[in-house]
Amino acid sequence: MRFLPVAPWATLAIFLLPVMAGLAGAFLPAFGYLPALGGTEASLEPWMRLFDYPGFAGSLWMSVWTGFTATAISFGLAVGFAAAWRGTRVFQGLQRLIAPLLSVPHAAVALGMLFLLAPSGWLLRAGSPWATGFDRPPDWATAPDPYGIVFILALVVKETPFLFLMTVAALNQVREREIVTTARTLGYGPATAWLKCVLPLVYPQLRLPVYAVLAFSLSVIDVALVLAPATNPPLGVLILRWFNDPDLGYQFVAAAGAVAQLAVVAAGITLWWAGERLVGSLGRRWASAGDRALLDRPVAAFSLAGTGILWFLGAGSLLGMAIWSMARQWRFPDALPGEWSLMNWMRRGETLIGLGGTTVTVGLISAGIALVLAIACLEHEKRDGLKPTARALWLLYIPLLVPQVAFLFGAQVLLVAAGIDGGWTALIWAHLLFVLPYVFLSLSDPFRSLDERYRTTALCLGLRPSSVFWRVTVPLLLRPILVAFAVGFAVSVSQYLPTVFAGGGRLETLTTEAVSLAGGGDRRLIGMLVFAQSALPFLAFLLAAAVPAWAFRNRAGLRGLT
Amino acid sequence: MICGRQAMGTLEIDGLTVRIGERVLVENLSVSIPPGEIVTLMGPSGSGKSTILAHICGTLDRQFEVLGGIRLAGTDLAVLRPEDRKVGILFQEALLFPHLNVGENLAFGLPPGISRNERRQRVEAALADAELDGLADRDPATLSGGQKARAALMRTLLAEPRALLLDEPFSRLDAALRDKIRQFVFDHARKAGLPTLLVTHDIEDARSAGGPIVEVEVAGQASQQS
Repeated sequence: MRFLPVAPWATLAIFLLPVMAGLAGAFLPAFGYLPALGGTEASLEPWMRLFDYPGFAGSLWMSVWTGFTATAISFGLAVGFAAAWRGTRVFQGLQRLIAPLLSVPHAAVALGMLFLLAPSGWLLRAGSPWATGFDRPPDWATAPDPYGIVFILALVVKETPFLFLMTVAALNQVREREIVTTARTLGYGPATAWLKCVLPLVYPQLRLPVYAVLAFSLSVIDVALVLAPATNPPLGVLILRWFNDPDLGYQFVAAAGAVAQLAVVAAGITLWWAGERLVGSLGRRWASAGDRALLDRPVAAFSLAGTGILWFLGAGSLLGMAIWSMARQWRFPDALPGEWSLMNWMRRGETLIGLGGTTVTVGLISAGIALVLAIACLEHEKRDGLKPTARALWLLYIPLLVPQVAFLFGAQVLLVAAGIDGGWTALIWAHLLFVLPYVFLSLSDPFRSLDERYRTTALCLGLRPSSVFWRVTVPLLLRPILVAFAVGFAVSVSQYLPTVFAGGGRLETLTTEAVSLAGGGDRRLIGMLVFAQSALPFLAFLLAAAVPAWAFRNRAGLRGLT
Repeated sequence: MICGRQAMGTLEIDGLTVRIGERVLVENLSVSIPPGEIVTLMGPSGSGKSTILAHICGTLDRQFEVLGGIRLAGTDLAVLRPEDRKVGILFQEALLFPHLNVGENLAFGLPPGISRNERRQRVEAALADAELDGLADRDPATLSGGQKARAALMRTLLAEPRALLLDEPFSRLDAALRDKIRQFVFDHARKAGLPTLLVTHDIEDARSAGGPIVEVEVAGQASQQS
C-alpha cells in the first residue's frame, strides 16, 4: 500500500487547495479584478455598490440576528438537556428519538416547517375550525415571517441534535459520573453540578462543533431561501441573487458580498470566542459562590420543553410532507386529506428516479472516496505512530467554518476556467469537500480508540500490516466504518449550494429541486421530494446498522465492542 | 470551627441487601456508626463495598435492587436526593475540579449565603488547617498527591456534612505519605464528630482507623468482628 504515505497530503490537497483557491477567486473580483468580465484594475467600486445596495444593512442584520440566536438556542438546549437529564430514562429516550433528525437534510426540515407553520399549514388545519373558527387560511405572515423566527426554529431543529450528540461524545472523554457525584455529595443539584463542573471540561471539545454551527447559521442559504423573509433575507441569499443576476456587472458585487460573508463569520466566531471567555470567568465566580440548585428547575423545564417542541416540529414537518405526497385532495381546514392516492408517485416517478439517481450516485461516490481517504489517513497515522494534534483538527474543520458561499463562488470561477463545471467530476469534488470532514470526524474516534493490542497480536502472529488491516482492523471496525459511510452519504444528500455551483444547473439533485420548488405551491411534489430526500439517508443508516448486525450475529463480543 | 455546630447523629445501616439480577452484592449488612467513630468495611474488590457507599450517597444505579434501610441521625436517607443527604465522600482520587484553582475548589464546598469576604476567610483558614497556606491561587494539577488529598478533605468538610464516607482514599498515595494523610483524615473526622465509614482492602487502613472492622465476603455475606 504505497498509497498510505501520501494519503494525508492527498486529503489535505483535496480540500485545502480548492478552499484557498476559491477564496482567492472571490477576493480578486471583490476588488475589481476579473479579466473575463473586463475587470483588470484594482478598485473599491464593488464594495461601494455593495454598501449602497438598498437592503444590504437589513440583510446583514438578519444574518447576524438569526445566526447568533439559532446557535445560542441550539447550544443552550443541547447543553441544558445534558445537564438536567443526563443519566435518566428521559435522556436515553431523547437520544434515540433525536438521532434520526440528524440525518434529515436541512432543506427537508425547512420545507416541512414551511407547510407545518404556514397560515394554510397542518398546525392551523389541526385547530380549525373548531378552535380558531377559520374556514379559510388567515392572511398571516407566519412562514416565512418578517422577523426570521421560523427560520431560526428550523435551524434549531437541525442544529440541536448535532450539538447534543457532540456533547454526548465529548462526555465520554471526561469522568462525568465521578465529578457529578462529588459535587452532589457536596450538596449540589444535578444540573447545577453538571454546569459548574462538567461543562467547563467538555466545552473545549464542543468549541469547534459550536463554531461550525455558528458559521453555518450565519451563512446558510437553502434554509433561508425557503423560510427567511423575502425582504431583508440573510446575506447569503442576496449574494446568490447577485451571482445569478443576468447583469454580469453584479458578479463583482456578489464577490464583495462573499468576502463580506466571510468577514461576518470571522467576526461572529471572534465574538463568540470573546463571549466564551467572559462567561468562563463569570462562571468560575459562580462556581465557587456557593449557590447549590438555583438553576436546576429552570434548566430542566426549559430544556425538556424546548427539545420536546423541536422534536415535534421536526417529526411533524416530515410526517406532514409524507402525507402531502400521498394526498389527492386535502382541503383547508381538514386535518387529513379527504382522498388518498399513490397517483402522485406514479405520475412523477420518472422525475423522482432521475433526481434520486443523481443524488444517490453523487452520494455513494463522494462518501466512498471520503471513506477511503479517511481510513488511509487514520491507518497511516496508526502505522507511523503519529499523534493527532489540535491543529490538524482545525484544518479538518476549515470547510465547515468558512462559509460555503465565500469559496464556492471563487471555486466556480476556477471550474469554469478548467472547463469542468456542470459535470460529474466537479459535482463529486464539491460534495467531497463537505463529506470528507464529517466522515473523518465520525470515524476517527472509534479508529483511534480501537485496542492497539489486537493489531499487535496479529502482527506478532506474523501477518503483514496490510493483512492485519484487512483481516483484523476492518472487521473489528465494520460498524463505525459503515456508519461513517452513511454519515458521508447523508451529508452529500443534503448539500444545496455546492450542487448549485458545481452542477451548473445541468445536474440537479432532490435537494436542489425541492428548494427551487419551494416558492411554488405544488405541495404534492415537494412532499415527495422531501420524503425521498429524508428516506435516502435513513436507509443508509439502517443498512449501516443491519449489515454488521447480520455479519456478526453470532459474535456477542462485537456488539458492544465498537 | 469548620463544621458541625449542630450535634451529629448516628449513621445506621440496617439489614442492607443489594442485588443486581441474580447476583447478590451485599446481603443483610447491619452497621451502626456513632458520631466520631470510624468503622471499616474490609473486603476484596468485587465484594460490593463501593456499591454500599453509592447507596448511602444516593448515586446507585436504578437497576440495583436494594432492601433494608439507611438512616442518619434518625432520618431515612433513601428518600432524600443525593444533594440533600449531607453525606460527604472522598474517593481514591482527589477529584479536585481541574478548571478551578485550589481556593475556588474549597469555596465550592462552602454553603451558599455567606458573604464573599467570609468565604475567603473560611477558605484561607481551611487551607491553613491543611498546611496548604498560600496555595489558593494554584492550579490543582500542580499539587502533590498528599496536598490534593488534604484539599479534597477540606472541600468536603467545608460543605458541613453530617457523615463521612471514605472510598479507599489512601490507596493511590505513596507508602511514605499514606500514614500521614490517614492520620490527618481520621483526626479531622473525629474532631468534627462525624460518623465515618471507611471502605478498603488494606488492613493497615483498617488498623489505623482504630474502630470496629466489618469483613465483607465476595459472596456478600458480612460478619462483624471487633
